[in-house]
Amino acid sequence: MVLNESDRKLVAAIQDGLPLVPHPYAVLAETLGTTEVDIIERLQRLQDDGMVKRMGVVVKHRSLGYHANAMVVWDIPDDAVDRVGSLLAAQECVTLCYQRPRRLPDWPYNLFCMIHGREREAVLRRLAQIIAANSLGDMPYEVLFSLRSFKQRGARYAARPATVTHG
Amino acid sequence: MTERATATVDILHAPAQLSALEKCLLNEYQRGFPLCESPYAEIGRQLGVSETEVIDTLRSLLQRGLISRVGPVFNPNRAGASTLAAMAVPGERLDAVAALVSACDEVNHNYEREHHFNLWFVVTAPDEARVHAVLGDIEARTGIAVLDLPLECSFYIDLGFPLWC
Repeated sequence: MVLNESDRKLVAAIQDGLPLVPHPYAVLAETLGTTEVDIIERLQRLQDDGMVKRMGVVVKHRSLGYHANAMVVWDIPDDAVDRVGSLLAAQECVTLCYQRPRRLPDWPYNLFCMIHGREREAVLRRLAQIIAANSLGDMPYEVLFSLRSFKQRGARYAARPATVTHG
Repeated sequence: MTERATATVDILHAPAQLSALEKCLLNEYQRGFPLCESPYAEIGRQLGVSETEVIDTLRSLLQRGLISRVGPVFNPNRAGASTLAAMAVPGERLDAVAALVSACDEVNHNYEREHHFNLWFVVTAPDEARVHAVLGDIEARTGIAVLDLPLECSFYIDLGFPLWC
């Protein structure tokens, strides 16, 4: 699945958020020189196709008091990574779970998950419970808490249009 | 407020400064944003408040930095190319290198983490060539190697951030 040119323009127009006005899709339609119905249908299709995984309020967890953000990285045998990945992903408070390549010798870890909480101790307790409950005690892991957020915004998949043209 | 508003919000564990409507919008509308002509009026109808109240509340959440936007979250490997990158930056250079990384338009997340690899950022671009060009540029300008850790498999279905858990 590749974005076509008109989808790319739509993505560029909404990646920083929908306008907070009564008819946001009509505003987008005017910007992109199309109709409100067309915008709504295309956004539905982008969701159906899996290009957009969800649409709604994007929260800033740190501002909401979730200061303890732990990236837990695991070195899981290749033949067990699917099983452990699915298992971690199903845990409450695990917000992401991805397999990534090892980069030996610097980086031996191939499974990443994120655990958010209000306090560091609570996150570590939660992690200890997950390890104990799922017999993961033999799997090497490290916990990387975030210290400072230098930048946090939505991804940009398309360059923003320099000028607005109609038709 | 309807039962949808009150059933899932755990008032006890929510930050005290948030109103019931704010908590509900934060918790219940991270996905399934209405695709109809008047989406904010539709949310208001679901919650028993006015369209203006919904819009004003979302604007306030935005202005207070509690949400970054109302809109789509893209699937990282479907809508374009992206990677997670890490660098081991000497402590005295961290602020400067972090600023250089943040200044790249293709970088959308950039965090300091507690580890030998202490700078972690996400690079997103229309295609893989551009992602690699950005990583190469950062390496060249800092003289520090960049670990390129692209997503190989996602086990998680993103339903939004679970608040009050």
